[in-house]
Amino acid sequence: MNFLKERINYLFTSTKGLVLVAISMISLVTAIWGTLSGPMVEWGVKDITVRLLGMKLLPIQREGRIIMLYHTIALAVVAIEVYFMTSILPMKKRQKVSINGTITVGYLTAMIFGLWFAYFGHNFVFHGLFLVGQALVFYAGLQLAAALWPWKEEYKVKDNAYAHTKKGYDLERIAFFTMTIATLGSASFGAVVGSYWGNGHQTFLAENLIRMAHKTPLQLAIIGHLHIMLTLVAVAITLIVGRWFDFKGIFHKIAMPLMISGTIVITLGVWMVVPFELIAHTIIYVGSVLVMLAALMLVIFAWDKLIREGIAESGKKGFWAKIKALLRDPIKFGPFWQMVFMNFTVSGVGIFMAVKLDEFFRVWPFREERITLTGHWHVLSGLIATIILMYYADIVGLKGKVRKWFGWILIIGSDIAFASATVFSLKRLSVKMYNDEPITAKTMVLMDIGLGAVLVILAILLLWKLFDLFKNKGVWRKEYESPELEVNKTTPEVEKEV
Amino acid sequence: MKKKVIILLTIFLALSLSFCGKQPTYKHQSIKYIDTGVNPDTWVLIPKGRFYAGQFLKETDINYDYKIMLTDVTNQMFADYLNKALSEGKIKVKNGKVLGYYKGEKYYGFRHELKIPEGDNYPYFHLDEPGVRIRYENGKFVVDKGFENHPATVVTWFGANAYCQSIGGDLPTEMEWEKAARGNTKYSYPWGDDIDKEYANYNFSQKEIREKVFGVDFQITTPVGFFNGKTYNGFETKKSVSPYGLYDMGGNVWQWVKDRYPKMSDRFMKGGSFRNYDIYLRIWFRNSAQPQYGGIDVGFRCVKRPEGVEINFDEE
Repeated sequence: MNFLKERINYLFTSTKGLVLVAISMISLVTAIWGTLSGPMVEWGVKDITVRLLGMKLLPIQREGRIIMLYHTIALAVVAIEVYFMTSILPMKKRQKVSINGTITVGYLTAMIFGLWFAYFGHNFVFHGLFLVGQALVFYAGLQLAAALWPWKEEYKVKDNAYAHTKKGYDLERIAFFTMTIATLGSASFGAVVGSYWGNGHQTFLAENLIRMAHKTPLQLAIIGHLHIMLTLVAVAITLIVGRWFDFKGIFHKIAMPLMISGTIVITLGVWMVVPFELIAHTIIYVGSVLVMLAALMLVIFAWDKLIREGIAESGKKGFWAKIKALLRDPIKFGPFWQMVFMNFTVSGVGIFMAVKLDEFFRVWPFREERITLTGHWHVLSGLIATIILMYYADIVGLKGKVRKWFGWILIIGSDIAFASATVFSLKRLSVKMYNDEPITAKTMVLMDIGLGAVLVILAILLLWKLFDLFKNKGVWRKEYESPELEVNKTTPEVEKEV
Repeated sequence: MKKKVIILLTIFLALSLSFCGKQPTYKHQSIKYIDTGVNPDTWVLIPKGRFYAGQFLKETDINYDYKIMLTDVTNQMFADYLNKALSEGKIKVKNGKVLGYYKGEKYYGFRHELKIPEGDNYPYFHLDEPGVRIRYENGKFVVDKGFENHPATVVTWFGANAYCQSIGGDLPTEMEWEKAARGNTKYSYPWGDDIDKEYANYNFSQKEIREKVFGVDFQITTPVGFFNGKTYNGFETKKSVSPYGLYDMGGNVWQWVKDRYPKMSDRFMKGGSFRNYDIYLRIWFRNSAQPQYGGIDVGFRCVKRPEGVEINFDEE
């Protein structure tokens, strides 16, 4: 009995255990639901999954199913980010326990019953429970916002290296707080509309509306909701990774005001999309530039730090020594590389599309533009996921060659997949429809290889963690005994008091 | 370290180069002719009355009987039309395009909206599009051998509209098309809720159709009425017709419909094509493109409405 109790305590009360559970749940859902589309259908795997699990997949309900699937995965990702935040940001113990407990019950309820409702016959009790789960996640967000309230004496920055106001308030904490408030507002933006629109369950996917000159306020709100939620998930992981790297100094002081103002501007831009659609886009562009500049500051800081630490370790000088220092630890190089890579596969594609919309994209059939759109935000989600996995690999203490193999496969595998997806989605720029099969085939194979490699190493990592749980003195015990993430906090002395 | 970087850069360069290269020059091809036994010059009466429209089965009324073509317009039918129109001086061939008249539309000046004034230089058909099955030789339009009863593709909305009007008909509206595809059922596909290789020419059946039926390795349409329960060279088909008996309402080629909306230039297409996954074949799914677009997977069929029934989108 003690065997089970200890492990359940580890999995559901320690930050490291909670993150492990959420990553495992997402992996499980990805592994099963990944068999329902793409080449898996052609290979007959979908039929096996459907038969084996007793899924009921009516063509008419596809959009609703996908919306549910997106939500359940997104909620688990949000939960992971919240676990990170409650561990790396000073707050009262009881606040942390309450936030983590609420969000865990919330996302698991939403995930289990949401998928049950969507894929196994429409039992509306389960839909209700899905909503209960979402409501709990929202409530956890409210608690988080309260816990993060930055204008308190005890949360003032004491170390001048961290960005702060004249009165000493912690700008990084304000950035986290702003992002949290923006997320809560943006969730409501979707929820209120979703509740209204969901009346009768007439679902739609936003990408199917792109060319309609007239969109209803509800459609505009949903389009805004999904864009801002993904953006805020990206803002959150950028801030989290910054703390992991002890982001400070001049770049921190430039980045935090940019991140705060950028988050506010983007969010307000999106919220304005219903009444002022035309100007809203311009506002969003301005906010995006601010946020991306903040991320650039972090990348410069982190790579400079990695190079300096590497040089100090090796004692060598020169260009190649610096490159070697930068690349010596893929787990620490990777998150920032992925942020840079994002500019080629997400932001770059987005800007190119906006500039060349009438010249190229609107000349193509709608379906082709739709592929480009869905492609680039799937890539953004994927990049965020790899950054989370890199942080997790660091948390679980991967070392030596295993760390290098894991890190490089994650970076190279995902980047090959995402670059191929980008080429695939933009293929019409260079090749006519009749001649596009070779490029389609090549990019598809590369996507499969890249994503396959990532999934295999993730599966190995999770299997190791699973088997480790059966050991009495496994790594899990060390994590249980030292459950918090080891970071330099912007206000370390406050943590001792609370 | 240097060596590793050079190796990585070489791999990256090789991968990048593998995506480049000149597009092959398109040469017209011949295939074996397959007689499906279905006459494309057949019209089916769709009686007036209510039906379930769209994904969410909205009860909708069409208060007049109309006729719709049993199949898509074929290459031969369209080539015959082009030859007739050419001889009458209604179309011209210029820079690889067939150009003709269009009456023009109201312009609202909205974002991404095209100006479409009255004129006689609107593209009807793209002779220069790789994959086109009709060629222009010695002043005549000729269909590639074996493709005579395949659906006419690479026809623009302007061209499809002109063809239908030339035979005293029109392009179907989206609702007319959906009613013809679904009848009084609540089906997701014209023939029911299931889909597999033997039901339609779409992404999953394309490989077998190429290899077994035609013995070719290029993207290919199927003759109209192909999915009629017959077996072709070991490729079995089901009679996957709509409740009114229409062929090819799901898969093979997208079909232009008449509808247009204020402030947007795109025209809609229905039914999905041989290049698409099953989800695009669902009755309510819409693709769209600008009216001058003509793709290798886009075709059309026509309707005839009773006298007095006018569909005029200019008034909206």
